[in-house]
Amino acid sequence: MTPQPLALCAKGLGFHVGGVRILDNVELAVATGSFLGVIGPNGAGKTTLLNLLSGVVRASEGSVEIEGRDVTREGPARRARRGVGRTFQTSSLFNSLSVFENARLSAQARFGGSAKFWRLPRASDDASAAAHGALERVGLTSQAARIAGGLSHGDKRKLELAILLAGEARVLLLDEPMAGVNSEDVPALTALIDQLHGEGRTVIMVEHHMSVVVGLADTIAVLDSGRILAVGDPETVIANDDVQSAYLGQPL
Amino acid sequence: MSVFVALTFSGVALGAIYFLAASGLSLIYGLMDILNFAHGLFMTLGAYAAWDVATHVPVSWGAPFVFVVALVAAVAGGALAAGLTEVLVIRPLYGRPVSQILVTIGLDLAVTGLLLGGFGSNSLSVPVPLWMMEASHIGGVNLPNADFVALLGGVVILVALEWFLRRTRYGIIIRAGVENRAMVSALGINVARAFSVVFVIGGAMAGVAGLLYAVVFSGDLISPTQGDSLLIFAFIVVVIGGLGSIRGSAIAALMVGLVQDYTNFYWGSHSGMAEIGNLSVVLLLALVLEWRPRGLFGSTL
Repeated sequence: MTPQPLALCAKGLGFHVGGVRILDNVELAVATGSFLGVIGPNGAGKTTLLNLLSGVVRASEGSVEIEGRDVTREGPARRARRGVGRTFQTSSLFNSLSVFENARLSAQARFGGSAKFWRLPRASDDASAAAHGALERVGLTSQAARIAGGLSHGDKRKLELAILLAGEARVLLLDEPMAGVNSEDVPALTALIDQLHGEGRTVIMVEHHMSVVVGLADTIAVLDSGRILAVGDPETVIANDDVQSAYLGQPL
Repeated sequence: MSVFVALTFSGVALGAIYFLAASGLSLIYGLMDILNFAHGLFMTLGAYAAWDVATHVPVSWGAPFVFVVALVAAVAGGALAAGLTEVLVIRPLYGRPVSQILVTIGLDLAVTGLLLGGFGSNSLSVPVPLWMMEASHIGGVNLPNADFVALLGGVVILVALEWFLRRTRYGIIIRAGVENRAMVSALGINVARAFSVVFVIGGAMAGVAGLLYAVVFSGDLISPTQGDSLLIFAFIVVVIGGLGSIRGSAIAALMVGLVQDYTNFYWGSHSGMAEIGNLSVVLLLALVLEWRPRGLFGSTL
């Protein structure tokens, strides 16, 4: 049996600010094509974990590997070019740009390595084609010319996914993709994320919506006070007593 | 009435120059969070580059051609000064905006001092075509031809800049970066390259502003400190228009140019207070900030 290649791996990952430990000795091994759900109470360090994995924040200790390569010292732009795409809890899009420009910007990172800044984004070039393809994928083609700031919450979340698709991210780090989304839009968005995962992408998703996490994730990690409390398949983790007490008072 | 028309026209011309001076400043702040105090220096160096080239070009080439060459030299001088500043001074201090701001002040003081030492404090005269010293008689009003040049320069560059920001690949990166720089790099885009582009473009516009200001408003004379006095108004325009907004800069530049011109004529020339126009501009700034603390156009392009 050959060992499954790891898309992302954290070894002894820690982060502290002024003596306060935000994350402590986090060990994660995320296989390519798997779906890891990260849950935990507020302030457990979930967003910090995504920041360390995407390179937005440098780790205080430990290391991060992407597809077997140590990227601990690389910034977010380098890691993005290695295929790591992330969304932010608040908003990961540019409100003053059009929907198309948002997707196009992400595609440019992939196709536009040249310094020819005067080159026009032609409708027919690779980056534009990738942008249009990504918008079609998430069902935003008809909104392409709109200013992103005017979209509904649900459409904004779809656009965030389109941005990741246009940049051909292979590892998606999603920070509460259902936050602020109307409950009637949740199933469609869940189905979309499921599809993207089904096509072979690796997903790490922080989400409060337990039914969404349980429905999508094949593995769940529970963070509490900066430490990993439990990792395992959804049923086992939810049944875990420590997890129950960490979530005391919150329905699982 | 004809006085008012002439006054409005020269106020708009002044506004066009303020726009050229301010728009680069605004983009640099919007994208990089740097208040670039060396921007006045770029204006001065653009004007000196124009003077140097124009006085070395054979007069037999014809005055209009010499002026076009001077204009190209101003663009090149401003762009080169800005590009070198970004690469040699700003970039090593990346991630330290306060140091970056301080170093631009130091650079401005040092190079202005060198210019004073090298060229003296006397003003130098830029050769311009005779036509630009004359006025055109239109609809019963005498309008200085130099004002038309300033206005044309402002409009051409506004259109070109809007086109660049809306239609080109780097334009999208710059607009996105002004809104959220961290997220642009999270997409895998090297924002540092956009910094250089913005600096060079801003420097080129500053160079044009430096030359046109000398030609239109100070009797074809340039001096080492002209950029610094222009920089103050450029900063006021940027703050009124909203940091990072090109349209805001354009509208604010017109407001400042007109208010300054009207006040100088209707109030200053009667009261004998020559600098009253400057005071009116500061009052305008205070009024706008009272009404809209983030400027007319907030922080979006």
